[in-house]
Amino acid sequence: MTINLKTIKHISKLSRISVNEEKAKKLVGDMNSIFDFIEKLNELDTNNIEPLTSVAETTLKLRVDEVKSGNIRGQILKNSPDENEDFFVVPRVVE
Amino acid sequence: MSDITSLTLTDLVKNIKDKKISSEETTKAFIDRGEKSRDLNAYITEDFSSALEKAKNFDQKPNFELKLPGIPMAVKDLFCTNGVKTTAGSKILNNFIPPYESTVTQNIWNEGAILLGKLNCDEFAMGSSNETSFFGNVQSPIDKDLVPGGSSGGSASALAANLTPITIGTDTGGSIRQPASFTGTVGLKPTYGSCSRYGIVAFASSLDQAGPMSKNVKDCALLQEIISTYDEKDSTSIDFKRNEYSKELTNNIKGKKIGIPKEYRVDGMPKEIETLWTKGIEYAKDCGAEIVEISLPHTNYALPTYYIVAPAEASSNLARYDGVKYGFRSKGENLIDMYEKTRSEGFGEEVQRRIMIGTYVLSSGYYDAYYLKAQKVRKLIKNDFDEAYKKVDAILTPSTPSAAFKIGEKTNDPVSMYLNDIFTVPVNLAGLPAISIPAGVDANGYPLGLQIIGKAFDEQNILNIAYAMEEKIEFKNKITDWWIK
Repeated sequence: MTINLKTIKHISKLSRISVNEEKAKKLVGDMNSIFDFIEKLNELDTNNIEPLTSVAETTLKLRVDEVKSGNIRGQILKNSPDENEDFFVVPRVVE
Repeated sequence: MSDITSLTLTDLVKNIKDKKISSEETTKAFIDRGEKSRDLNAYITEDFSSALEKAKNFDQKPNFELKLPGIPMAVKDLFCTNGVKTTAGSKILNNFIPPYESTVTQNIWNEGAILLGKLNCDEFAMGSSNETSFFGNVQSPIDKDLVPGGSSGGSASALAANLTPITIGTDTGGSIRQPASFTGTVGLKPTYGSCSRYGIVAFASSLDQAGPMSKNVKDCALLQEIISTYDEKDSTSIDFKRNEYSKELTNNIKGKKIGIPKEYRVDGMPKEIETLWTKGIEYAKDCGAEIVEISLPHTNYALPTYYIVAPAEASSNLARYDGVKYGFRSKGENLIDMYEKTRSEGFGEEVQRRIMIGTYVLSSGYYDAYYLKAQKVRKLIKNDFDEAYKKVDAILTPSTPSAAFKIGEKTNDPVSMYLNDIFTVPVNLAGLPAISIPAGVDANGYPLGLQIIGKAFDEQNILNIAYAMEEKIEFKNKITDWWIK
């Protein structure tokens, strides 16, 4: 399996990370060496193995759906890169 | 009184309780040393004036019942601290001020400790040398231009250089144990679910654990008993009976069975690591432990598994950094363009690479071949440990395949950097506790560590083994203060 420039550009779109031509070329090399290394897993037959999704053998606890840390809207909005008193502001999405 | 900053946490607590020194004197001593040590670049954010204020307040109304009475300490900048900038070593969180506190740090302040500041780390904890931080690499106090390890590199450097009496790091694939090993300090990665992940900037949620880094095993046990609490704010926090680890600490490990996994004798392992391991086995025998040869047959598959699972989880966790609600934002022509530019300019090279690996292995058509495959191999790796623990109480290995390397030595080859975590990664995949203790030096005099891996929730046992071995090893860290002009 080799990863080519086209795949890198596709992944970059999915990741929402813009890459220029130069960066994409470097990524082709890096990703191929990493995936060569990852391919080692194919030596193993895992047909009858259950996937391990979490090592914490615990069932999720239910809780009451209630607000516990209210009234910090000001503090939350303060971290916004472009604040407008009560809202998060983004570039126009509706024409 | 010898120099305050060189005392262990245990001695510092005793001196404060005996009223031989005040919290203010102690805090001032660590601040002074921190100010003289800026060339190490261990801090991202200093919170010194506020720390001094808190120390004065403590002295006015001291509570000596607390476990960390007026003790100043710095923490890895991956823990959210209420009102104090938290960056995760990234440009994208360069200006983020959390309106809440992580559970682990809250537990520490509840016992009377005082925040000195936030310590440098690899960006989003992705790295093994602290070279991926947006805030620059960290110097190891061991030698000039030597990496302190990573990702908790600032924590390791600050601790070994006596800028903080104790600290906390996080460990996803070795990020506590490897820097501890590189700097001649002690580092514990607790059992998954032992310490709450609430308020820790997430990297790979099924692997991340916070843990103590300290100058000796006793200090480590004390901090572990403070930070390990059940927390309903973390859905994977586990409600089990936690010990008072420092009170129950004993050097009596007679009859304990310690496993030596043959698969950890990897090709090309330096002779000095081999020697260290052999010496470690002798120390364990001297302590009365019984040595048992064991096999962990899937060891070689741990790193490739990790480099699928961790980036996959990271790509999902880091989707939240979109320039909308907090953090860095880049200007874009439209919403999508803003996202893409923000993430391209806000994340560093290694983080982008891992997000892209993760996105790829989770993408349509590749999920089964990579992600599902890795989860199955992860099961085999965990089964190896389950099998081994039918025969032994703990496992002894080297912490790293080499001593610390020079800054810049491995930055151009991601795979060679990843190989650094070969002995630490299996533990995270299996969710087990493991401790690294300093055990010797290489030809350059750089520290080397031994790792003791335990059964899940058996922190007490590995702390005891580490405590007993520490007495035999008598390691002394040589710090020359070369960075202080």
